[in-house]
Amino acid sequence: MQVEKTQEFRPKIVAFCCNWCSYAGADLAGSSRLSYPADVKIIRVPCSCRVNPMFILRAFQRGADGVILCGCHPGDCHYTTGNYYARRRMTLLFSMLDYLGVENGRTRVEWVSAAEGVKFSTTMNEFVAKIHSLGENVRLEDLRCKRD
Amino acid sequence: MYKIEKSHLSELLAAIAAKEDLFVPQKTGSQTNYGLWTQETQADLSTLKTVKSGKDCFFPQSEVLYRCRKEEGKLVIDPEELKNQPFVVFGMRACDVQGLKVLDNVFLKDPVDSFYAARREHGTVVALACHQPEETCFCKVFGIDAANPAADVAAWIVGEELYWKPLTQKGENLTELVRELLVETEEEAVEKEKQEIHAVIERLPYSHLDLSRFTPERTMELFDSPLWEEMYQPCLACGTCTFVCPTCQCYDIKDFHTGEGVERYRCWDSCMYSDFTMMAHGNMRTSQMQRFRQRFMHKLVYYPANNEGMFSCVGCGRCVSKCPASLNIVKVIKKLGGEAQ
Amino acid sequence: MQERLVERAKELLADGTVVRVLGWKQGDLGYNPEPAYFNSPEELKDFVYDGFCGANLSKYLIQAGKLEGNTLVFLKPCDTYSFHQLIKEHRVKREKTYIIGVGCKGTLDVEKIKSAGIKGIEKISQEGETLKMETLYGEKELPFAEALLERCTVCKGKTHQVYDELIGAQEGEEAGPVGNRFEMVEKLEAMSPKERFAFWQEELSRCIRCNACRNVCPACSCLKCVFDGNQFDSAQKANADTFEEQMFHIIRAFHVAGRCTDCGECSRVCPQGIPLHLLNRKFIKDINTFYGDYQAGEDTDSRAPLTNFTFEDVEPSVVGERGQS
Repeated sequence: MQVEKTQEFRPKIVAFCCNWCSYAGADLAGSSRLSYPADVKIIRVPCSCRVNPMFILRAFQRGADGVILCGCHPGDCHYTTGNYYARRRMTLLFSMLDYLGVENGRTRVEWVSAAEGVKFSTTMNEFVAKIHSLGENVRLEDLRCKRD
Repeated sequence: MYKIEKSHLSELLAAIAAKEDLFVPQKTGSQTNYGLWTQETQADLSTLKTVKSGKDCFFPQSEVLYRCRKEEGKLVIDPEELKNQPFVVFGMRACDVQGLKVLDNVFLKDPVDSFYAARREHGTVVALACHQPEETCFCKVFGIDAANPAADVAAWIVGEELYWKPLTQKGENLTELVRELLVETEEEAVEKEKQEIHAVIERLPYSHLDLSRFTPERTMELFDSPLWEEMYQPCLACGTCTFVCPTCQCYDIKDFHTGEGVERYRCWDSCMYSDFTMMAHGNMRTSQMQRFRQRFMHKLVYYPANNEGMFSCVGCGRCVSKCPASLNIVKVIKKLGGEAQ
Repeated sequence: MQERLVERAKELLADGTVVRVLGWKQGDLGYNPEPAYFNSPEELKDFVYDGFCGANLSKYLIQAGKLEGNTLVFLKPCDTYSFHQLIKEHRVKREKTYIIGVGCKGTLDVEKIKSAGIKGIEKISQEGETLKMETLYGEKELPFAEALLERCTVCKGKTHQVYDELIGAQEGEEAGPVGNRFEMVEKLEAMSPKERFAFWQEELSRCIRCNACRNVCPACSCLKCVFDGNQFDSAQKANADTFEEQMFHIIRAFHVAGRCTDCGECSRVCPQGIPLHLLNRKFIKDINTFYGDYQAGEDTDSRAPLTNFTFEDVEPSVVGERGQS
C-alpha cells in the first residue's frame, strides 16, 4: 500500500507592527480569543515609519512569502506624523517591487488601532489566504537561505 | 591545421557541449560576457572584448569555499567540491590567455590555490585571433601576439571559415573530440590573416608605449612621484577597472549567514574600495590617492619585480574603454614617462 | 566656445576670484576626456569642452568645497540640477563655487558609436549634423543624433538652474523636440509581471557590483554607504546571488528617490550597459503621479516628496488597484 504524502504549503508571513497600535491590536485579538494563523510572525517596531525598505527585502531574503506592515491610522500616529511618511515610502517601494515583476499581493500595509483586535485578526486571515493563493516566493528569494 | 565552415560553428559548439561544459561569449542586453552554452545560445564571436574577461571561468567573481552547519549540537564543515569535470572556454583572446598566466604565477605557486588549480587542470582554452584589433588594444607592448594566441587551441576566423590549430595535449584531445567535423587544411589563408592583423597592430595608437622606465630599481622614485596626486583626482573609487581586468587577482573572504549555517565564500575585491586590506587595526591605505597608486604600482612595478619582469597588465584595454572617468593604465604609463619615443 | 571658456577661466584665475578650475581635460583617444582640476593658466592648455564631456562635475564639488579657496566650475544645464539639489542638501558650498553655465548641444555615447559597428576609432570630428570618424578600418560616418546618450534624447531643458554667468547659452533657451522620457517605463509597466521579471533578471544579472553607478551619482553623497559597512550582513562587493543584485539596485534607486534629478550618469557609466535610469525614472514617474509633478534640483527650498506628506495621500494598496498585476 502506498501512502501519498502531500506537503501542504505553509506561507511564512512577517508582520511589522507598530508598538502603539497594531501590536496592542494583536494582543487584543489574542485576549479576545480571535484566531489568526500561526504562520504570521510579528516583529514589533516603535512606529510604522521605522520600517526601512531594506527590512522588507531582508524578510523576503530570509524566506518570507509575504510581508505586511501595520501602523496607526493616519492622524493617530503616536509621533504625530510617522505613518504619513511610511505611507509614501511603502507606496513607492511596493510600486517598485511590482515594476521588477514581484507579485504585488505579497506586500501590504494596513492601519490597525489598539482597539481593533477583530480587524487585526481578519486582516491576517485575509493576507495569509492571499499569500497562500500566490504560492511560494521565488522572485525575491535568496537561494543561499533556502531550506530543503 | 584544420578548418570548419563558419555556418557549421553551432554544430561544433554543440559537439563540444555534448561532452563537456562549454563557456562561450554571449550577448545579454547590450553587452557580451562568457556564459554556459545551451541549445538556445547564440555565441557572439564578433565582439572583440567581452566585458568581463574569461578569467571568470577559472576564478569566478564569487565562489563558496566551505559551509558550516550544526548537526546534533556539533559543528559540521562541508568543504566545497573542487572542479573535477573537464570544461572548455571558447573564444578567449591572446591577451586574456596571457592574463591566465599572470594568475598562474599567483595561484599556482606555493601555497597553491586548490580551487584555481583544479579549474586550470580541467579547463581547455580555445583562443581566437583578433580579426580587427581596436584602438584601445596595446597587447603588443607586453609582447603578446594577438594573431597567434598561445592557448590549447588557437583559432582564426577568416572569411567564412574557422581555422583550428591544437597547440597542446589538451588541445589535441579536444580536437579528437570534434575531429569528424573538422577538415584538414593548409595554413595559407591564416598566414595572410596574421599579416593583416600585425599590420593593424603596428598602427594602433597605444602599440608603442615604452615600459623601460618601470623597473624594480625605480620603485621608490615612482612611488614618491608627485604626479599621483594629480592623476588620481577624477577617480570615482568604483571597481570597474578591477572587475573587468583579466589580471586582477585580489579577493576578499566573507561569511554569509544563511539562517541554517554559514557559507564562507570569496569574492573579487578591488583595491579601489575603501575596505580593501582592512585589518583589525584599521587600513594602511587611507586615501584614494594611495589606493589608486597601489593599483598601478602593483601592475607595473611590484608584480614584475616578483615575477621575472612579467607585467601584470596584458594590454586588453578594457579599463581604457570602461572607466567612468576615462582614467586608465595607459594615461598613467604615459604620465610617468612611458610615452612612445 | 572652448576658447572662450579657457579665456574666461584665465581671467578669473588672474583676478583671484578663483584659485582652481574644475573642467575636462583632453584625453588621448578623441573621445575620452577626463574630469580634471586646473590650477594655473598654463595647465588650461589641455582644457577641452566637446560632445564627449558628458561627466557631470557636480559631484566633484562636494570635495572641492573642502579645499581652500574658490573653485570655478563649468556646468551643463542638466548638471546644474544636480548642483542645486546638493545645495539643498547642504553638501556643497555655493559661496565657494563660481559657476559658468555652458551651452550644451547634447553629449555623446561612444558605446553607441561602437555598437553601430564603428571600430578602431582614431579621430572624431563633427560636420554639421554628422559625426565623422577616422578609423583603422577606413572613414565612417554617423548622424550626430544617433550617437547621443539616452539622457540627451529626452533632454530636460537648456536652462541652467544656478550659475554666475553663462557662456554659449542664453537664458530661457528651449530644448529642441525631445522624446517622452517615461516611454520605456510605460512599456515595462504594460508588460505582465513575469515579463518584467525576466527583463530585469536579464539586465541585473550582468551587474558586477563595481559600484560605479553609486559612486558617480551626485545624489549618492553619504560619507559611508550602507553597502560599505562591515557590520552589514550583505555581500557588498560580491555578486554572489541574484537577490543581492536586486536588493542593491532597489535600495540604491530608493535612496535617491525624490532627490534624483534624472541626470543619467548611472546608466552612462555602467560597464555592463544596465539601463539603471529606468529604476530611477519609475520612482520619478510614481512621485509625479501620486504626489504631483516634482523635479529635483529645480529649487533649493521646497520639501522633497519623501520628506513631505499630505493627509490625503494615496494608500499603498493603490499599487495593486492599478490593475498592473
